[in-house]
Amino acid sequence: MPELNFCILIGAVLFVSGVVCMATKRNAIGVLMGVELVLNAANLNFVAFARYTALGLDGQILSLFVIVLAAAEAAVALAIALNFYNNHLTIDVDRADDLHG
Amino acid sequence: MEPDQLKNWLSLLLTIAWLLPLGGFALEIFAGFWSTRLKKTAAYIAVGCIGAGFVCSLTALCSWGMHTGYWAEHDYLTKFFQETPLGGDHAPADGHAADGHHGSEHDAHHDEHSAHGAEHGAHGHEHDESKYPTVFAGRYYQLAEFGSLQLEIGYYIDSLTLVMFTMVTLIATCIHVFAIGYMSDELTEDYVDHFVHVGEGHLHRPGRFYRFFAFLSLFSFSMLGLVIAGNVFMVFIFWELVGICSYLLIGFYTERKSASTAANKAFIVNRVGDFGFLIGLMILWTSFGTFAFSEPSAEKAAENPGLFQMLRDDHGQMTVEIADDGSHQVVLTGPEGTHKTIPYYLLVAAGIGIFCGCVGKSAQFPLQTWLPDAMEGPTPVSALVHSATMVAAGVYLVGRFYPMFTPEVLVTIAYIGAITLFMAATIAVVATDIKRVLAYSTISQLGYMMLSLGVGGWVAGLLHLITHAFFKSLMFLCSGSVIHGCHHEQEMPKMGGLRKKMPITAYTMLIGVIAITGLAIPGTYFGFQFAMSGYHSKDAIVATSLAYWGLNDQHVLLFILPLAGAGITAFYMFRLWFYTFAGEPRDQHIHDHAHESPAVMWVPLVILSFFAIFCAYDGEQGPLWGLLVHSEPAGMDHGFDPAAPGQIAVPGHHHVHEKMSGDATVHDVAGRYALAVAIAGAILAYLFYGARLLNPADVRRQVAGLHEFLVEKWRFDELYDAMFVKPVHVISGWIAALDRVVIDGFLHGTSKAAVDVSTWDRRFDEQVIDGLVNWVGDRTFRVGRSLRFVQTGRLRQYVMFIAGGLFGVLMLVYILTL
Repeated sequence: MPELNFCILIGAVLFVSGVVCMATKRNAIGVLMGVELVLNAANLNFVAFARYTALGLDGQILSLFVIVLAAAEAAVALAIALNFYNNHLTIDVDRADDLHG
Repeated sequence: MEPDQLKNWLSLLLTIAWLLPLGGFALEIFAGFWSTRLKKTAAYIAVGCIGAGFVCSLTALCSWGMHTGYWAEHDYLTKFFQETPLGGDHAPADGHAADGHHGSEHDAHHDEHSAHGAEHGAHGHEHDESKYPTVFAGRYYQLAEFGSLQLEIGYYIDSLTLVMFTMVTLIATCIHVFAIGYMSDELTEDYVDHFVHVGEGHLHRPGRFYRFFAFLSLFSFSMLGLVIAGNVFMVFIFWELVGICSYLLIGFYTERKSASTAANKAFIVNRVGDFGFLIGLMILWTSFGTFAFSEPSAEKAAENPGLFQMLRDDHGQMTVEIADDGSHQVVLTGPEGTHKTIPYYLLVAAGIGIFCGCVGKSAQFPLQTWLPDAMEGPTPVSALVHSATMVAAGVYLVGRFYPMFTPEVLVTIAYIGAITLFMAATIAVVATDIKRVLAYSTISQLGYMMLSLGVGGWVAGLLHLITHAFFKSLMFLCSGSVIHGCHHEQEMPKMGGLRKKMPITAYTMLIGVIAITGLAIPGTYFGFQFAMSGYHSKDAIVATSLAYWGLNDQHVLLFILPLAGAGITAFYMFRLWFYTFAGEPRDQHIHDHAHESPAVMWVPLVILSFFAIFCAYDGEQGPLWGLLVHSEPAGMDHGFDPAAPGQIAVPGHHHVHEKMSGDATVHDVAGRYALAVAIAGAILAYLFYGARLLNPADVRRQVAGLHEFLVEKWRFDELYDAMFVKPVHVISGWIAALDRVVIDGFLHGTSKAAVDVSTWDRRFDEQVIDGLVNWVGDRTFRVGRSLRFVQTGRLRQYVMFIAGGLFGVLMLVYILTL
């Protein structure tokens, strides 16, 4: 099944790109972008498995949930970023270490 | 009067006589509050109550005699005038003398008509055909009922009860009157007791005049209740009441150590006897199922027979069977003529048990030690205790309970009496305290009574009880008068020559002394016997014991001891009189201050001395004897043949009067012996103490050991000290040591062990449990602390960790599934 393998490969590339983006960006917005990449990589996998295997519509429905979840998560995360900026005049995640042990 | 009416009339009179002193007691005990300590109100109430009691008793006695036809049948008065040529001259003279003595006391005068204005012919009495029963019995109140056993407050009236009531109330009245004078020094707010030392001076306390009379009234009530009692349980109740009253009165000067000790001693020694009494009661309860003496009405008796009716038939005989195993069984006639048997030994045990109570109360050997100590009470109390109440109770109960005693019990009673009379007489010889001599003489005379009852002289013993009550109360009141006159000096060696200072006391005392010693001029002159009451009663006792010896020849001691006792009695009684009243004064100071007592004290002496002379007038032909014979237990007049298992014969009247040697009867022979030794004793006493020809000190030196032995009262107190008091102390010591060592040790050990275990437990808790918990907490804390550095707070680092971790996990899964 070359189409499925291709899809999984695209998903894996997207996932790794997202993780690398999360790990490397010091800007909080950049990190959120990385998160979006990771979520969409997962969505791609859901849809691909739904399309090429006997899962039926489950994958598509689950990916719809993930999209909604991602939107909500982005809203909350952006609110946190704005508040953090209000308090610290920066959104550098390395500066946000108040919870360190 | 019909028998029923007479019964109601007699019980009404005696109940009034009995309950009046109780009412008096209730009033007098509060007299100190509503009157004052300084007034004699209480005494007047007491005298009034007991005096009214005497009137009731005397009325009861007279109406009993009239209505049952007893006086008419015996007709002492007519015989007196017919058979005595000079009787007509003497009787009014006596009556006149008595009148003079008594003043306005009408009742005593009355009594003398019934007592001595009568003579001859008690014998061959045939009261059996009379429609009047010998006994009137009934009940006032039923206390409780347990199955067939009924505990009742009842009455039992026969001629003995009537005579005892009259005697007790008469003597108690005299003593009450005497006590008004004797106790007058208590009429004060500030009584100084010279025998109690407090700090530098003497004890001061308010006078207790009213209390004394309250106790006297209660005492009289108790004694009368005991006499009227219709069953042996009620006897026991009043027996104990008499005991507690004597306790209160002996310990009247309660602040004196000696008085409180004597009261305790009297009470405790009596408890010993009462223990036997209780055992006897229990045996009676279980084997007879009733406490009533006897039931006079035939139909009631068939349904509910008394003790006497169950044991004996109409002729006073017991039925004894031999059971299959050879033991003796007594057949009892129960309700509706049913029969049951009880072992013979049980009956003997019951008799001995009841007698134990009498031994305690009547101060017989071996419980005689309390009576001399009872002298610590005021003298009127001694007079009452020693004559009409308390000690009389024991003898009275033996007399009342007589049908329940088997010959074996009777012989025990006789020996106890014989030992007591001899022992007490010997101690009295060396006593120097005037009251103590009289106390031992009382014990000795009680011994005579017991002996007499024991050898079958029922009438003789109770006659002696009555006559002794009169002359002993007389002598005690005389000694009280002496003590009062000599300002509380009781030691005879400091007296002497008091005859001139206090003549009435001296001569009334002499009458008492002659009465108790039984001196008399033998034979009849001008129709009279020159003999006082004691002569008749003692004669009868010695005669009965001689007859008893004649029937049971191994019991010679029962004749020898009373005979010897008669001589010793004469010696010590005359010794007392000569010591106190005759010769030159030994202590001039006391003699100078001595004075005759006031009239309130000597009038009772005169009344009592009159009765001491005449109460047993004419001996076995006289009225008092006849009255007592009337209530004699059935079968006593014939005596009892030897019967199994004891083979002891009991003499009857004819044994005493049968010919012994020549023309003389047993009674005459015994009388001669007794009189001879009494005269010998009296002469000896005169030589020693009257004429002072012989020096008692010489004799004392000769027999120093014996003298010492007698002064120490045969060492009974020491013996009891060694036998009971010391062992109790030793055993108590052991028990205390046991408590200290074992019980306390055990407790201390237990508590120490508990403390030790707790200490170990605490250490375990503190070190092991706490240590473990703390270690776990500490470790957790350290681990947490060491892990805190992982939480850097760097977001990107966390992402790296997640990615790295995920990678690691996937690699692991990959490797494992490879």
